[in-house]
Amino acid sequence: MTITTQVWDIALEGLTAGYGPKVVLENISTVLPGGKISMVLGGSGCGKSTLLRQIIGLSAPMEGKVLLGGNDFFAMKDAEFRRMRRRMGVLFQDGALLGSLTVGENIALPLREHTHLKEAEVQEIVLHKLSLVGLAHTTALYPSQLSGGMRKRAGLARALVTDPPILLCDEPTSGLDPISAAQMDALLLEMRERFPSMTIVCVSHDMESVKAIADHVLVLHEKQVIFQGSLHNLQETTKPYLLQFLARAPMREEEQGASYPLSEATRAHMHRELELQ
Amino acid sequence: MVTVPVVAVGRASLAFVGEMGAMLIFLLLGMRHMCSSTKQLQRVLRQVHVIGAGSFFLIALIGLFTGMVLGLQGYYTLTRYGSVGMLGSAVALTLIRELGPVLTAIMVTGRAGSAMAAEIGVMRISDQIDALEVMDINPYAYLVSPRITACLFVFPLLTAVFNVVGILGGYLTGVQLLGVNQGVYFYSIESSVVFADVAGTFIKSVFFALTVVTVCCYKGFFANLRQDGMGPAAVGNATTSAVVLSCVLLLLVDYVITSVLL
Ligand SMILES: Nc1ncnc2c1ncn2[C@@H]1O[C@H](COP(=O)(O)OP(=O)(O)OP(=O)(O)O)[C@@H](O)[C@H]1O
Ligand SMILES: [Mg+2]
Repeated sequence: MTITTQVWDIALEGLTAGYGPKVVLENISTVLPGGKISMVLGGSGCGKSTLLRQIIGLSAPMEGKVLLGGNDFFAMKDAEFRRMRRRMGVLFQDGALLGSLTVGENIALPLREHTHLKEAEVQEIVLHKLSLVGLAHTTALYPSQLSGGMRKRAGLARALVTDPPILLCDEPTSGLDPISAAQMDALLLEMRERFPSMTIVCVSHDMESVKAIADHVLVLHEKQVIFQGSLHNLQETTKPYLLQFLARAPMREEEQGASYPLSEATRAHMHRELELQ
Repeated sequence: MVTVPVVAVGRASLAFVGEMGAMLIFLLLGMRHMCSSTKQLQRVLRQVHVIGAGSFFLIALIGLFTGMVLGLQGYYTLTRYGSVGMLGSAVALTLIRELGPVLTAIMVTGRAGSAMAAEIGVMRISDQIDALEVMDINPYAYLVSPRITACLFVFPLLTAVFNVVGILGGYLTGVQLLGVNQGVYFYSIESSVVFADVAGTFIKSVFFALTVVTVCCYKGFFANLRQDGMGPAAVGNATTSAVVLSCVLLLLVDYVITSVLL
């Protein structure tokens, strides 16, 4: 058996992205190194999911390029673009399992669509992948019958089912209890062990899991990359926003945007209406 | 300004024409994958079950009552002219040429078309369509094509059911209730309905199928681009506008086809 040894670097060159006229990321240039676990950090709404959507080719950049293994993703011919897509496994922020299929059918879908594997083989693979995320007992359930955290883990099983060389996860550990979150981290580490060429990119705001698994860290803030480098470098940083981020300190008042005071009279009235008094 | 209403009308018409064009392209994209793989067959059968088998009794029921009302109205109108013998012909031609295909299409729109728009709309807003795309599963092939194929089979069949049950309904009121001669009822049907009428009913139902399935899938598919709502509200609005637009376009298409066929 030959395992592809090509390592896929993901490079962004002058990437500007957004929705309609709204710019969310502006002129970003960075490299997410192949064969490593890169973590993208940043406050809520700073454009982490948007960045991921660019890398998986769901929306074209307003300007700039996404380079996968040195090739411009959006300039590829259709056949090549699709082959590139099949090399990616993606975990969406809320799983995005198909609601009309059972969990087992969801995980089996990419195999059934793209391969001629025998049904028994498909079942074997599905059970194996589901057991990796601890959900082997849920094959016959529908996604709506799972909890949010279980949906997320099932989504990861689907992303992993084809052993993709590029794995992209949008907040794999958010919404999970500490034990499942630690399991998720262990699973990602295990993937890196088993497939040394696998490029893993995770969006996260969970500092615990960043500390546990990140090889490379990217921090987004106000449309820009404000930090890129190893975890070690991040911990040595002196930039105020990063220090705050690491120390889980709240924003200083002047950074928070407009603040609106609540008058005593209004509060008292609301409490009376709600029969709190 | 005096030009304001003119500008508004112009904008609305342009938007309408643009949307019609987008829907036509959408339909062609969907049709391209109708026979792209053997896996489609399974999905088509599933949709035939959902759209067709699920609507069967509804269509039969509506057909029965429509036929009964036609029998009743036809009887009292025809007695005025002393030509009750034409009752069978009146009921059958009205059903086959006009009411059968139109009412079937409107009922299927209400029952299955709305469900189609809502289901696809929910898939859109919960990233499921994006997930399909990223897995390199063409969402047109997976979601739209099987529904088009299924509708192309189901609409003519349901229309036929509607027509037959409707003629039986006319028989119930006309013959059993009001005493028209049974032989006369069926003879007048046989002598007046020609092949062109039956062909017309199927031609209409095929065009209606394409209209309904395109509008309903399109509205759901692009629920995320709506200006009039976000999230669940967008899906609700998409469903409403799918049903309304389907019904309006049905009658428009009906007029055009009828004028061509006559
Ligand atoms: N479909 C959309 N249309 C318009 N604006 C959007 C859309 N999706 C996201 N945005 C905006 O883009 C910005 C970035 O959103 P994004 O989802 O990338 O944030 P995020 O970093 O993933 O946040 P979170 O950690 O909460 O998931 C937000 O300000 C959001 O308001
Ligand atoms: Mg996000």
